[in-house]
Amino acid sequence: MDRYSNPTPGADFGAAPASRSAVVAICAAYGNDPHRMLDILRDIQDSFRWISPETMEIVADETGLSRIQVEGVASFYSFLSQVPKGRITIRFCDDIIDRFAGLADIVAIFEDALGIKTGETSADGAFSLEYTPCIGLCDQAPAAMINDVVVTSLTADRARDIAAALKAGQMPQDIAVAGFDDLSPHERATRMVANNIRQAGEVLLGPVSPEAGLENAIALAPAAIIDAVEASGLRGCGGAGFTTGRKWRFAAADPVARRFVFCNADEGEPGTFKDRVLLTERPHLMVEGMTIAARAVGAREGLIYLRGEYVYLREHLEQVLADRRARGLLGKDILGVEGFDFDLRIQIGAGAYICGEEGALISSCEGLPGEPKTRPPFPVNRGYLGFPTVVNNVETFCHVARIMDRGADWFFDMGSDGSHGTKLFSVSGDCRSPGVYELPYGLSLQELLERVGGEDAGAVQVGGPSGTMVDRANFHRRLTFDDLATGGAIIVFSAQRNILEIVEYYMSFFVHESCGYCTPCRVGNVFLQKAIAKFRKGLANPEDIDYLRDLSATIIETSRCGLGMTSPNPILTTLENFPMVYSALVKPSRDRIRATFDVQAAIDDARKLAKRRSYIFDKDFTK
Amino acid sequence: MSELEKARIATVSLAGCFGCHMAILDIDERLIELMKLVEFDRSPLTDMKTFTRRCDIGIIEGGCCNEENVHVLRDFRRNCDVLIALGQCAIMGGLPAMRNAIMHSDAPLRECLEEAYITGDYIRNTTHQIPNDPALPLLLDEVYPCSDVVEIDYQIPGCAPSGDIIFNTLSSLLAGRFHGFARENIKFD
Repeated sequence: MDRYSNPTPGADFGAAPASRSAVVAICAAYGNDPHRMLDILRDIQDSFRWISPETMEIVADETGLSRIQVEGVASFYSFLSQVPKGRITIRFCDDIIDRFAGLADIVAIFEDALGIKTGETSADGAFSLEYTPCIGLCDQAPAAMINDVVVTSLTADRARDIAAALKAGQMPQDIAVAGFDDLSPHERATRMVANNIRQAGEVLLGPVSPEAGLENAIALAPAAIIDAVEASGLRGCGGAGFTTGRKWRFAAADPVARRFVFCNADEGEPGTFKDRVLLTERPHLMVEGMTIAARAVGAREGLIYLRGEYVYLREHLEQVLADRRARGLLGKDILGVEGFDFDLRIQIGAGAYICGEEGALISSCEGLPGEPKTRPPFPVNRGYLGFPTVVNNVETFCHVARIMDRGADWFFDMGSDGSHGTKLFSVSGDCRSPGVYELPYGLSLQELLERVGGEDAGAVQVGGPSGTMVDRANFHRRLTFDDLATGGAIIVFSAQRNILEIVEYYMSFFVHESCGYCTPCRVGNVFLQKAIAKFRKGLANPEDIDYLRDLSATIIETSRCGLGMTSPNPILTTLENFPMVYSALVKPSRDRIRATFDVQAAIDDARKLAKRRSYIFDKDFTK
Repeated sequence: MSELEKARIATVSLAGCFGCHMAILDIDERLIELMKLVEFDRSPLTDMKTFTRRCDIGIIEGGCCNEENVHVLRDFRRNCDVLIALGQCAIMGGLPAMRNAIMHSDAPLRECLEEAYITGDYIRNTTHQIPNDPALPLLLDEVYPCSDVVEIDYQIPGCAPSGDIIFNTLSSLLAGRFHGFARENIKFD
């Protein structure tokens, strides 16, 4: 059923048993701190290829938790496994874009070459094959992760070469990039993954003067920094669009012992990959923005939450941080300002879309399963470890540094009313030039499509699955917070694509990524997915359209975080913009007997158990 | 009122406990009033096993746990203008649907039957066999609510529904003024 589920426990696939001393050492490296549980478990996974029940006992002893608390975390994240994985784990990006780009053929080549099916581990423990949702490489699909590196733009020939090289014992990093060991971390990242910057705008991707924003900021009182950011009209670039200055003002309001600045680099919305490019090309600008935020709200500690899929950027970012520490841009007395202390660490995620939600992100950093928190209290009041925490997107922090450099008015004057400045759009799908475009807010979808070579699109998914599927008649709508809002994803579909195939895929994505806390989201999305499958089979009745609407409304109304509040959007926005797709597929049943109920399938188990035919439903019963 | 103008009602108990039919009798002396308006066709109450003619209302107790339930329910749908699911088993599968919870098994149906007839702690089955007479209908893989098998027009909730709600619903339906249930009849607590 679930393409992403772990296989049932069985053989140990040649995985070495975890030695107690090694596990104790891993825990000790993180100070036996239960808040570092995700790091501890990631290291154990990397060292032993799984997290065994015995290991969990040891981790529980060392960190002072119960085994079940440890298991709660270990079982939550896709990249942590409770069965042994292969020494090489290949994760195919299973996004709809990859599927349309020929993923199935690539998968077949690997399965054939390695002799296992996706979801399996080879008997000698050499390889595991898995599917994983969008890994942020839609502009170069099909793509896959091989352990901690990625391979992109896979063709049949390239897939065969990779499989052969892996079988010959070549290291994944050498396969991904020739001469890996001799390259700098930045070169490794850019040779592994093309940036595909198609349009550099004035704010982020054009020329920037390093540290100019930070230098201006330290000359100001913290309150004046917040005033400037608020005056610039900057709104959060992760998707929700909350006014950045206001967020900071709340965080700075109460006198408290500690505050935190977190950068959300858990770019998980399918079709979004603009932060990938910023992390690669503008990491200094991002940390500069975080440092300015720290100055503004009075935080001394920070964290970059990097999604597990972007682990190939870790070294590069570590180098950036080390460089900044060496230059006095991080650490104590930044730029010589006495008492201006700020430092940060990188927290790597482990394959959970929900951790892009700020409450879930904070839970994850606290060593808990990545479940959202009940709001209020909001993170700006009580966030990480109960202290005020500013969580902003990568792009938002980059904007902050530029605003402090060039001034609030400069930024405010770009874009349109209510949506100021520029925006990075990550464009993928059926267009000639997929990649990242930095453009002022306010252009129409049609104008964007003309730039990317997607004029004849039949449909465009703006903002990823949780956004809006737009039909041709609405291409005049504008890309702003108040019209077509997007965290960056613009996914172009040609008129030949099957809308309901896309919708069904997106629902399966939400089914997989629901954290399971709220029943309407955990169960309701499964029902929605099944209902769409029914439409695709041509078994839906007219009343099933009402069912889709009713159930969607319930899920939206009764979920506590943004995932459930937006997961019905693929259905609701296509019902709104592509009603004919649905109405063409429904037909009232003539005799009011449900065509969806398959009595033959329902009695088949019993027929085999009883070793006899049905006297009602088998015509040859008497034989 | 002449005989011909009376509404015809058929009833059946599928995978239920017959409690909902007992609840119909809880209408008590109002049955006399109701019988002025209706006539029972196929029903355990009349002991008629087949439809004599098309009916206005079919009342279904119980969900579908075996092939015969499916067959009978489809027969009711074809022969009745309005179908009413009466009680929790008909609406949601009810108590029999507890067997749907055996889901982490390669052979859930076999596991269910073995526990019921052979391995259960409180079983005394001297034959040590799972009953398999050719006349026994084959079980379905799961217990299904009626609305999974045919379209259902109305649902009367309860386990079992009270005589009052049955009487009030039937009489307002017959009078053409049924507009759903009052909140106190359908709330959970």
